[in-house]
Amino acid sequence: MIQFVIRRILLAIPTLLLMLTVVFVLVRLVPGDAAIAILGDQASAESLAAMRSQLGLDQPIHVQYLDFLAKAATGDFGQSLSTGRGVLQEVATVLPYTLELTAAALVIGAMVGIPLGTYAALNRNLWPDYFSRVLSLVGLSFPAFVSGILMLLAFAVQLRWFPVIGSGGDGLWDHLRNLALPALNLGLIMTAYITRVTRSSMLGVLNEDYIRTARAKGVRPGRLIRRHALRNALIPVVTIVGLYFGTLIGNSVLTEIVFSRPGLGRLILGALNARDYTLLQGLMVVFATFVILVNMLTDIAYGLVDPRVKYN
Amino acid sequence: MSAISETSVRESALWLAFRRNRLSWVGLALLTVIVCAAVFAPLLAPYDPLEQHIIHRLQPPSAEFWLGTDTYGRDVLSRLIYGARVSLVVGFVAIVIAMVVGSAIGILSGFIGGVFDRVVMSFLDVMLSFPTLLLGLMIAAMLGASFENLVIAIAITEIAPFARVARAPTIALKQRDFIEAGRAMGFSRPRLMGLHIFPNMVSEVVVMGSMWMASAIRTEASLSFIGLGVPPPTPTWGSMIREGFENILDSWWLAIFPSLAILLTVLALNILGDALRDAIDPKTRAE
Repeated sequence: MIQFVIRRILLAIPTLLLMLTVVFVLVRLVPGDAAIAILGDQASAESLAAMRSQLGLDQPIHVQYLDFLAKAATGDFGQSLSTGRGVLQEVATVLPYTLELTAAALVIGAMVGIPLGTYAALNRNLWPDYFSRVLSLVGLSFPAFVSGILMLLAFAVQLRWFPVIGSGGDGLWDHLRNLALPALNLGLIMTAYITRVTRSSMLGVLNEDYIRTARAKGVRPGRLIRRHALRNALIPVVTIVGLYFGTLIGNSVLTEIVFSRPGLGRLILGALNARDYTLLQGLMVVFATFVILVNMLTDIAYGLVDPRVKYN
Repeated sequence: MSAISETSVRESALWLAFRRNRLSWVGLALLTVIVCAAVFAPLLAPYDPLEQHIIHRLQPPSAEFWLGTDTYGRDVLSRLIYGARVSLVVGFVAIVIAMVVGSAIGILSGFIGGVFDRVVMSFLDVMLSFPTLLLGLMIAAMLGASFENLVIAIAITEIAPFARVARAPTIALKQRDFIEAGRAMGFSRPRLMGLHIFPNMVSEVVVMGSMWMASAIRTEASLSFIGLGVPPPTPTWGSMIREGFENILDSWWLAIFPSLAILLTVLALNILGDALRDAIDPKTRAE
């Protein structure tokens, strides 16, 4: 068991290394070079040279690469070109906002999606099933910024239930009011996804022999669904939701931009507008690391939950 | 289903998708309308999408301008109709590129196997670990905003999933007798891969293509919204929403119509992709 966990953790190391390499190569594929991209093509030769030496671009490529890896290993992804602060420091400042948003969305998604998906599976090809299928397809078709803008138009501009731009209040009430719409927006998409996955997973489980056996043995329907079917059906749901994490990050970026919420989304937008390539490069690494770690954790969780997974 | 005849078993996946799933007709109808709008844009649009009716700036929907006008006095309906071109063409071309490159990588990796396969697979895993939107954003930002670069950026984000879809059947197929026979007859490897393995997985790859075109169009719209799309003045739905978003407090019509256009396009493609996938998946087909 412990061996399985250690093995899985060790397996993530080459993936992380390869990811760093890909980011390194991507950033160096900029036509011209990064210094021109940052300063614009009108920049003087001296300022370009200064920028190149600041970015280490005047070093041979293998030196740059080893330097990049060595610094990354210690968590140093360079300084933001616009603020001069460390990339990790920049990320750490806004990360709590993004984590709060994604966690709220996951809670909404699980609380609505799991019951809805289960209900749909139990009523297969009846109207609740059609209804939830159409609803989740619509939910999955929303680019996060489109649903966000429609919500903003409906609840903030027309009904005036929520502030259009986050109000500055510090109290818990203001905080929750500012969180509500973005969380609902992200939660809606999450719900659509979880409903769909739960439904199909539940349908698979309901066909299993052990469900028929339990039914024949006289297990009450409520207990049959909760204890025998849902518990098993949720295992793949956890994995698939884990795999969805990358999309969730993309959606939270768009949501934060629409609702003017501080967070990683605004940080990325700022970095783009300021042509802050070191910050962008650092953000790519941070996000990909997140995804790799989440995948690792879901794998381990899967192994812990499902005794059928072989540990070697 | 009681009346499964000999012929219905052999029905093409396409026909099955439409016979079994009524919703797919809705998807097809929607997509037809959108494609027609894109193709016949010059005939359908009431105005030139770039023409500025300065005295009619920011007008709400009226008999003259059905969906209103924007900050420059341009007709929203006309821009919406022309915007369909960008979304569909970018989505389609990006997916075709991703499909061709991705399947080639997947088939090559599965066919050659061994260390090569393992290296390619770990690369694909890494590509999949970048959130699609961020990878697209990063590449589009570095290449600079233009139509071609946008297509390239979106295509790159979608290559890895196609490679995975193509690799699995390749591994199963290469052990089959007809490939062995081809090898014995001295067929070259490219010939085996291109003429004997690839045709056997076309349906899976194309179905995945229709599902991922929805995601490609979503990415295009998102990048345009962020400001990394096809540069102005070309009308795109994402950039129209971006302009509408800036005027959201007083000009609701600017954001809402392109939003609905994107939603309906992605929905139509998702419905069709779903139906097609159900039709070729033996698990659901057997029911």
